[in-house]
Amino acid sequence: MARTVIEKIIQSHSPEEAVPGRIVWMDLDVRSARDFGGPNVVKNYEREYGSESVADPAKTVFTFDLCAPACTLKYADNQQICRDFARARGLRVYDVDQGIGSHVLMEQGLARAGGTAVGTDSHMNILGAIGCFGQGMGDVDITYAFRTGRTWFEVPESVKVVVKGAPSPRATAKDLTLYLCKVLGTSKIALRSAEFYGPAVASLDLAGRITLCSMVTEMAGIIGFVPEDPRNQAGTLSIAADPGAVYAETIEVDIDGLEPQLAVPPSPNTVRPVSEVRGIKIDSGFIGSCTNGRAEDMAAAAAVLRGRKIKPGVMLKIVPATRWVYDEMLQTGLLKMLFESGAIVLNPGCGGCAEGHAGLTGKGEVEVSTGNRNFPGKQGKGPVYLASPETVVASCLAGEIVSAGEV
Amino acid sequence: MRDSVLRGRVWVLARSSGRLIEDIDTDQIFHNAHLHITEILQMGAHALGNLEGWKDFPQKAKPGDILIAGRNFGAGSSRQQAVDCFIALGVAAIIAPSYSAIYFRNAVNTGFPVLRAEGLDEAVAEGRLRSGDEIEIDLAGSRALNLTRNESLKIAPMSGVQREILEAGNLFKLKRS
Repeated sequence: MARTVIEKIIQSHSPEEAVPGRIVWMDLDVRSARDFGGPNVVKNYEREYGSESVADPAKTVFTFDLCAPACTLKYADNQQICRDFARARGLRVYDVDQGIGSHVLMEQGLARAGGTAVGTDSHMNILGAIGCFGQGMGDVDITYAFRTGRTWFEVPESVKVVVKGAPSPRATAKDLTLYLCKVLGTSKIALRSAEFYGPAVASLDLAGRITLCSMVTEMAGIIGFVPEDPRNQAGTLSIAADPGAVYAETIEVDIDGLEPQLAVPPSPNTVRPVSEVRGIKIDSGFIGSCTNGRAEDMAAAAAVLRGRKIKPGVMLKIVPATRWVYDEMLQTGLLKMLFESGAIVLNPGCGGCAEGHAGLTGKGEVEVSTGNRNFPGKQGKGPVYLASPETVVASCLAGEIVSAGEV
Repeated sequence: MRDSVLRGRVWVLARSSGRLIEDIDTDQIFHNAHLHITEILQMGAHALGNLEGWKDFPQKAKPGDILIAGRNFGAGSSRQQAVDCFIALGVAAIIAPSYSAIYFRNAVNTGFPVLRAEGLDEAVAEGRLRSGDEIEIDLAGSRALNLTRNESLKIAPMSGVQREILEAGNLFKLKRS
């Protein structure tokens, strides 16, 4: 039987027939928990399973990224609860120095093409970027996964999203992603697995694929894959769908001539061209998050800066996704370039995107962010606009929303 | 096993225009400022604490109440607290046209009834389902009846796994049975 990407991956982890709509039990290659959700997992685990061992310590990890290093006593306690549990049972902890868990799983090779991975992070489906079926889950699910190494899952329908045309040279992976958030909304690929095709996505590098796949969550999809990989940038060719695989729907999206885009409050799906929003005064900018926290994103920001300083009175916060990215920034001189622009460079993690870490907005503070969500109140009380690293830096140079070509 | 018939007062999460609010996300249901809370009983006070117009829900809710929400309820984060905060208040069930995948799983796994119904938007828009109405849900029969207005609602049948977990109590008990 010809299968789609998600059907192939689930089938290789389940003895049951992986047909859309059917609930199957599947094996999990990676079971992880963060400092958020993690302490609840420990609590559930000890209550339900006592001292019973986890299914496989080598496949079970903690990743701390939400409040790293802890800036509240509660988070400090919660992290230590996870550490103690991990030490007692021989589990690996990617601690507060390591950065965003989903990225660490990719960098460390724990998450692999064709594999399955779960964690207490709703953006775990970002792993679709490397062809791994990642899924965010709550603490009950993860507790069960720690103990048994498996979970139930309804095999989703697959939908083919064909991206046609060539964007303008000014449009980045984030602009393409935001435009898809607009066109696909929260209903077109909802509860489905999306496979993105077309030259504009096939040519994306790994960082660009990460940007696209991370925001499938905001499109309400289960996961997104970019099976075409002509330059072998993400190693996803091995998970390509079978010829003749059946899709619930094919959606064509024309992006020919696409210009830089921006998500305006209140949601990641309310997206407009930057040119229509330009001129709005800003107080702060943020570059980072699982969506745009790679070294490539930092290099893109530095390229727009060209040695210039951000406008006085504007705050630019930069958070590398991982320690590995931070090191890359250090080695290549990016860190110095960004620092000298006046930016604040924080340690790796989820800062700037979630409350619990540095980088919140005050009431009335207008922020342009490379994050993936701008729901009301998420990063604080100020209105948040989502954009590419290029647009964020350009806006910080100008003190108002502009695209990179204007500065 | 829990009762297969639930009876309670409904809260319709609608805008002042009378339309169901869609895409209510987990930061509106249980804001990330409270994520450090691990005690279920402490979570109730924050339920819907960031949803404009509903911040007083914890004071208004009574055990047994039933929530009616718009499509894609529970969008966003994987936080279990967004389900647990309703359990803490004694909310008996949620009915919505659809849920985010993670939210739905989290509720199913804790044995909390999350039900899907068609025609909810119309029922609410036409005033056939309003906050304060008393409804009765027959979980086994996939039906709900608005006792106040004598109107019926069609509930989508639960999947085998959802039914098994609900009957067992939660995912952990399923494993042991």
